[in-house]
Amino acid sequence: MKLKKYQNRDDEMENKMTLGLIGNQNCGKTTLFNALTGSNQHVGNFPGVTVEKKEGEIKKQKGITVVDLPGIYSLSPYTSEEVVTRDFLIHGKPDAVINIVDATNIERNLYLTLQVIELKIPMVLALNMMDEVEASGNYIDILKLENELGIPAIPISASKNDGIQELVDRTIRTAREKRLPARLDFCSGAVHRAIHTVAHLVEEKAQAVDIPVRFAATKLVEGDEPMIQTLNLSETELDIIGHITDDMEKNLDTDREAAMADMRYQYIQNLCEKTVVKHNETKEQQRSVKIDNVLTHKFLALPIFLGVMLTVFWLTFGVIGRFFSDILSNAIDGLSMLVSDMLSAADVSVWIRSLVIDGIFAGVGSVLSFLPTIIVLFYFLSMLEDSGYMARVAFVMDKLLRKIGLSGRSFVPMLIGFGCSVPAILATRTLSSERDRKMTILLTPFMSCSAKLPVYAVFTAAFFPKNGAIVMMILYVTGMLVGILSGLLFKNTIFKGKPVPFVMELPAYRMPSGRSVVLHMWDKAKDFMQRAFTIIFLASIVIWVLQNFDIRFNIVENNANSMLAGIGRIIAPVFGPLGFSDWKAATALVTGLTAKEAVISTFAVLTTVESGSVATALTQMFSPLTAFSFLIFTLLYMPCVATLAVMKRELGSMKSAALAMLYQTGVAWITAFVVYNIGRIFI
Amino acid sequence: MTLKDLNIGQSGIIKTVGGEGALRRRLLDMGLTPKTKVLVRKIAPFGDPIELSLRGYELSIRLEDAKKIEVEEIPE
Repeated sequence: MKLKKYQNRDDEMENKMTLGLIGNQNCGKTTLFNALTGSNQHVGNFPGVTVEKKEGEIKKQKGITVVDLPGIYSLSPYTSEEVVTRDFLIHGKPDAVINIVDATNIERNLYLTLQVIELKIPMVLALNMMDEVEASGNYIDILKLENELGIPAIPISASKNDGIQELVDRTIRTAREKRLPARLDFCSGAVHRAIHTVAHLVEEKAQAVDIPVRFAATKLVEGDEPMIQTLNLSETELDIIGHITDDMEKNLDTDREAAMADMRYQYIQNLCEKTVVKHNETKEQQRSVKIDNVLTHKFLALPIFLGVMLTVFWLTFGVIGRFFSDILSNAIDGLSMLVSDMLSAADVSVWIRSLVIDGIFAGVGSVLSFLPTIIVLFYFLSMLEDSGYMARVAFVMDKLLRKIGLSGRSFVPMLIGFGCSVPAILATRTLSSERDRKMTILLTPFMSCSAKLPVYAVFTAAFFPKNGAIVMMILYVTGMLVGILSGLLFKNTIFKGKPVPFVMELPAYRMPSGRSVVLHMWDKAKDFMQRAFTIIFLASIVIWVLQNFDIRFNIVENNANSMLAGIGRIIAPVFGPLGFSDWKAATALVTGLTAKEAVISTFAVLTTVESGSVATALTQMFSPLTAFSFLIFTLLYMPCVATLAVMKRELGSMKSAALAMLYQTGVAWITAFVVYNIGRIFI
Repeated sequence: MTLKDLNIGQSGIIKTVGGEGALRRRLLDMGLTPKTKVLVRKIAPFGDPIELSLRGYELSIRLEDAKKIEVEEIPE
């Protein structure tokens, strides 16, 4: 009996398997991952960094997990994406690796392959986009390629779902048989001698820390700092390695890094001469050159880009997104009424009904009605990303963003910030460098989001009826200026040091795969619901309690006696130097944290009792100058809780998110202070 | 001459790759190794970066980095 039980467990163990999926950017890796796993995926981060880690179970293969590794071009030690991939491959002990390569661009793609082979992990090569290779009359001798590289190679087309089953079968077989790459040596001459001598020297030390000897030797010859650290080499050993590489450098009349890169590309060139017949560029490549003649044209590029983004914004925030948002908020209102009636009928106490209806339904509902907007926006964004257009945008816009230490890649997320910070921050996922990603997240909230528009509208109507448009423009420009200044500040302080080099592939334009786009939308929607929901739910309850109870937890009749108003009164003096010390203004700013439109509705709730309309109440409370100061503060101070929730997730810790909030609020205070006091001199 | 000095539509053969650290490694990893043929396909609308064609694909790099790559011009 007992024995059988153990045997069962053994069988289960045998069926459990982890596979790594590795490849360059733009080679169809995500499409393959989606084809392999369907919707069985979950997204997290690699430990310690905010590099995305996607895992999923292969369809119809219970217990077999695929980990989608970051899209990288090399196993160099310079970016966190490359480092986590190295760590995963060496210490994560995957049972096998699927290396996907773009067969239409095989020469550069195999460069990574040669480095992964050195890691001595069972591995298969997935030759993606073989349909395009064949359609253009080109040819790859797959058997010969297998023999030369010493690993199985399987032709596939991830977007057409061709060859996936064979890929899965052969990967599982390779993993079960623990079949290692049959060949390790791709070098000759001086490089060969250097690698082999170093390999002998460090064999024991590499084994002691469980790193494949060959990989360790290659990296040491390359001068890889982290490898030197991990192996804990002695002075003498480092000396010997130094001599060996000096010798090699002299022999080849070049330096170690160039020598290694050259060695790999030399081998690949020879290999391609033997196995790849390339008559002409593929149709997709020829078509791309033609499309680029228009889309990155000297004069047309910018107008086209602005046109595309305006259309996306108009459709998202104006037409489709608005349509669905309205439906959803009507549905939520309906449900809220229904529940309210049911609660009345069930004769529950007034305050429970208020908690459910005014607290939870109103709070969560207002944020939930953002959801369709986010989904629609991500539909367009993933279309733009997957088609290859986003890389062109980065190419065109790079020069503008370089001055603040970012690259063209950050342009689109920041632009989305003018719509809503939440999808903007989620969109930073497409940035391939952790540094750029974090910096973009910190700057995005300064782009004035659309939820602040009602605040501007009410205030400008009340105080600047003739110059409303100018005031609004000043606000938007101020936001951007503060963003630029913050960028300069960050560049020279917390993000000091070399930015990740902008050496970016411009992939061929391709039709995005419908499945990938849908999965991407689903991913973002789920993300928003799960992560944002918890925080928003809690925040809604907290705000409701603060609004409806006084300090002794008695229900208040008049909102002016609530705890929220109390908090407003306590913090109001902080805003004295900015020109507005009325507790109602402070209270409005606090409720603005749930969503920025709430600033206006809070003014409405707190003032209409006395003075009839919000506008009249505001004119009694503010002068034009203090109103402007208030607007500046509203523009810049910490974003809403939904943004806080995604920031926490994308920055990797609550502490970073809290620091970001503190920074933004500090900047808002200082800017409003300066504006108010300069204004006072003139008025 | 350097890669920066090539005109649009001109090709060159790489002689040496300068720079250091992450940037240099990245250039080498992307296939910009000595003896490789590179075509300058385009300059971005704002005058920087540039688009290259090499090893059968398109790559964009900044002018300040292109300046670090020594090339020999291929006469047309």
